[in-house]
Amino acid sequence: MTSYVPIADQSHVMHDPHTFITKYVWSQDHKVIAIQYGGTAIFVGLIALVLSAMMRLQLGYPDTFSFIDPANYIQFVTMHGMIMVIYLLTALFLGGFGNYLIPLQLGARDMVFPYLNMLSYWFYLLSVLILLASFFVTGGPTGAGWTLYPPQAILRGTPGTDGPGIILMLVSLLVFIMAFTMGGLNYVTTVLQARTHGMTLMRMPLSVWGIFVATILALFAFPALFVSALMMLLDKLLGTSFFMPALASLGQVSEHTGGSPILFQHLFWFFGHPEVYIVALPAFGLVSDVLSTHARKNIFGYRMMVWAIVAIGGLSFIVWAHHMYVSGMNPYFGFFFAFTTLIIAIPTAIKVYNWVLTLWHGNIRMTVPMLFAMGFIFTFIHGGLTGIFLGNVTVDLPLSDTYFVVAHFHMVMGVSPVMVLFAAIYHWYPKITGKMFNVTLGKIHFWATFLGTYAIYLPMHYLGFLGVPRRYFALGSTDFIPDSAMALNANITQAAIFVGVMQLLFIYNIISSLRNGAPAGGNPWESVSLEWQTPDTPPRHGNWGDKLPVVYRWAYEYGVPGVKDDFVPQNVPPEEVVMEPGAGKYVDRSEGHYS
Amino acid sequence: MPFIISIILLVVISVAFHFLSPWWLTPIASNWTQIDDTINITFWVTGFVFVVVNLFMAYAIYRFRYQKNRRAKYEPENKKLELWLTGLTSIGVASMLAPGLFVWADFVNVPADAHEVEVIGQQWQWSYRYPGADGLLGAADSALITAENPFGMNADDPNGQDDILVSSQEMHLPLDRPVKVLLRSKDVLHDYAVAQFRVKMDMVPGAVTYLWLTPTLAGTYDILCEELCGFAHFVMRGSVVVEDEASYNTWLASNPTYAQTNARIVGDPAQGQVFYAVCGACHGANGEGNIALNAPRLAGQEDWYLRRQLQYFKTGVRGAHADDIFGQQMAPMAAVLATDAMVSNVAAYIQSLPDTAAPVTVTGNAENGRPVFESTCGICHSASGQGIWAVNAPKLAGMTDWYLVRQLQNFKKGVRGTHQSDEYGFQMNQMVSALKDDEAINDVVAYINTLR
Repeated sequence: MTSYVPIADQSHVMHDPHTFITKYVWSQDHKVIAIQYGGTAIFVGLIALVLSAMMRLQLGYPDTFSFIDPANYIQFVTMHGMIMVIYLLTALFLGGFGNYLIPLQLGARDMVFPYLNMLSYWFYLLSVLILLASFFVTGGPTGAGWTLYPPQAILRGTPGTDGPGIILMLVSLLVFIMAFTMGGLNYVTTVLQARTHGMTLMRMPLSVWGIFVATILALFAFPALFVSALMMLLDKLLGTSFFMPALASLGQVSEHTGGSPILFQHLFWFFGHPEVYIVALPAFGLVSDVLSTHARKNIFGYRMMVWAIVAIGGLSFIVWAHHMYVSGMNPYFGFFFAFTTLIIAIPTAIKVYNWVLTLWHGNIRMTVPMLFAMGFIFTFIHGGLTGIFLGNVTVDLPLSDTYFVVAHFHMVMGVSPVMVLFAAIYHWYPKITGKMFNVTLGKIHFWATFLGTYAIYLPMHYLGFLGVPRRYFALGSTDFIPDSAMALNANITQAAIFVGVMQLLFIYNIISSLRNGAPAGGNPWESVSLEWQTPDTPPRHGNWGDKLPVVYRWAYEYGVPGVKDDFVPQNVPPEEVVMEPGAGKYVDRSEGHYS
Repeated sequence: MPFIISIILLVVISVAFHFLSPWWLTPIASNWTQIDDTINITFWVTGFVFVVVNLFMAYAIYRFRYQKNRRAKYEPENKKLELWLTGLTSIGVASMLAPGLFVWADFVNVPADAHEVEVIGQQWQWSYRYPGADGLLGAADSALITAENPFGMNADDPNGQDDILVSSQEMHLPLDRPVKVLLRSKDVLHDYAVAQFRVKMDMVPGAVTYLWLTPTLAGTYDILCEELCGFAHFVMRGSVVVEDEASYNTWLASNPTYAQTNARIVGDPAQGQVFYAVCGACHGANGEGNIALNAPRLAGQEDWYLRRQLQYFKTGVRGAHADDIFGQQMAPMAAVLATDAMVSNVAAYIQSLPDTAAPVTVTGNAENGRPVFESTCGICHSASGQGIWAVNAPKLAGMTDWYLVRQLQNFKKGVRGTHQSDEYGFQMNQMVSALKDDEAINDVVAYINTLR
């Protein structure tokens, strides 16, 4: 045993917080920070949801609403996208679930750098405040699209360039990346250094694997966004020409010369494509744990699942230019990036097969988190398959920049991760709060979200085939777009508003259940993994009381033949496992595979 | 159980929607039928996977639904099955990727016999350049752009002298001849996209990008900008006319070469004064306008704008709408100016008239009108309302306010800007959606009145 063990086992070295402020505000406890991250992310997510409702109102009922004009429409588009991708999904998966689950699932008392962890949240909050401030400045927030492509992002003609909108956006991103880096280094170090006795890497739950690999991706990818945001800031404020070529803007020849707009796109997507997996990999991990628990069966092909996560993570760094097939980059890149992009479909498909095969021969409990998890499989299959259209360079030609793209990335990166988020929030809610949520409300929320989002996005793909361009305030009279497409847009809007309103059920449920929920007990789902075995629920500061747990097996020991219960928690010593009469001694059969 | 039924239903609905949907690829008008083929291959392969995996999942959930005494099977992995699935998936992926790469190879290699055409994008308009008799395009550079040289032509390049410049949103292409479309942008990123051609490509300032195709079906097709290029992205529309070689050549010859645009006769105010007498009867001797006769102020307006509107009235692009009573009066008046030279002369004379701001007649809340002017109108018409030639936006400041109100109403009602050839009017037609009612129109005109 290494020397850190005795120290970690001594609970008196934990610096327990004593005041309200240090307990709940300037807290260094990973669980409080997780909730701070989660609450803030859900709050900005709701703002982005309202923005999407605005966009849908304009698209469904053009020329009806006085508060939507061409300039603020594109501001809504921009802020909706940026908030959802960065400030909601990235923050909630890594800052929220990463913080909550890593120490608890690995049997650690906290993150290894608690103070840095606290700073990470406050920097994140600062970045959110800077972002939201742009709604209140002259000219409003930037309307450059979430991709912030130069030259337009910093030239007159795009909202947010006359006032400080674009500057606030770039500064907010810089602060966010600093916040993430502090958190991310912490997550990686904790996973590598603070696992409890017996918790080998190949015994870690897939949630931790997903979050761990995603964090590594983010640590490599975010610097690309950081430098591009910094250089664009210099182009805007000091008149440098990193991304600005010689041009004549609205009749005025600019001072810029020699910069490359395409360079920005490469940098942006060098971050932007891994970003997809920064969101997706934690989702893959969390959903695996939810599926396995509620199917009462081990995750199928654990090792393959781990390697698929690692392979997808690696490949995600060599596919970025598939976002740029029609960007005007050297077209010969198309061959390489189409090839790598379609390769990534293979490990991704394996994950889908293994989720479905986890259900096969299971004993499936139709709980609320399970509904969301299985709903995710459906939406992810759909969104993944449409990705093959866009990843194949030739097929991308007609579909790029149309509503097919919007429909695809909302299925794969919007609806699917959000289904997992809901699955995960409902799944871990009893542990986080000690209370059970209202199941009926949860089920209504599931059906409205699952069916409602499909009603939004299935037809939207077909608008894309037709050639309806994205990011258009209005379609005007366009010969090849029939009136029926306009009618369809109105239907999509109705579905979107319905789905948006139904999210209030979720908010109501998680808030009211804090008071009214039935006590959940420590392990309501009869789960194997370590976070359900804490001495207290919700876990107290330090998580494990006097003694760290010792891990004897992998996190998926369900349905073991001969064992009395259909699950064996990770920390139950083999000799204490209760067997059925006459079944003989407990044998850890996973060890043959997973030592 | 509801979940299983819903998965099956969603699969059935998705397949049915696919086959019943009236929304599908527009009829193709180029050689790129192979692109449609790759889409169809992808559809069959992915559709198969979608149906099979989801139905299998539904079956699994049904078969292994919760039963009190059931115990899941303990099966950590199944190497053989996983290898099979990996192999089959790889074959499926290859079956989609391989055809796609072959078609892409065709797309990046332009046929040697393709002729070249240049498409130029700017915020939020299109223009075009065709090589003249020498078949070569001259050098051009955004840094050289001025009011007299909107294409940024390099005057010293002999190859450019016979280039044909098309200052209109409409381009023409000959049928059945492969064409390499060179793409250039003056300012920001744009994207040249024609749904019927299937191919599209971004236009990047500082670079020349390209695509190629062979138009195979005569007709007129919309050109859309498909790269977000600022707040007016959605009004950046053009059209491409595909026609037989003879019509194409006729159209090409009707456009001026670069040398001809340089030699264009400058309007002569002295000669224009003679014909202005007709105009002055209503618009006033000094072009100051006359509210009683519904004649707006002309003095102070840019000559390029006056010329274009006179041409529009002459050709029925403007003033032909049944509800445009006052515009209808202009049509016969403009017809008096029989030649282009006469139009230029009159415009030149009007520009020589004293520039005194028109009287204020419209009441509105200028402070309420200010935000929409700054975020929308002022981008093209300039923050000071002086107009910007480069985006074909006329001067507003100091011009007749009641006339501005009426024109905004006409744009809103579709009385103006709906004629197919009124390319810039179309943009106004869309942009007035930023002004929701008469009060908003009065407010923004009241703000324009403060800019004089």
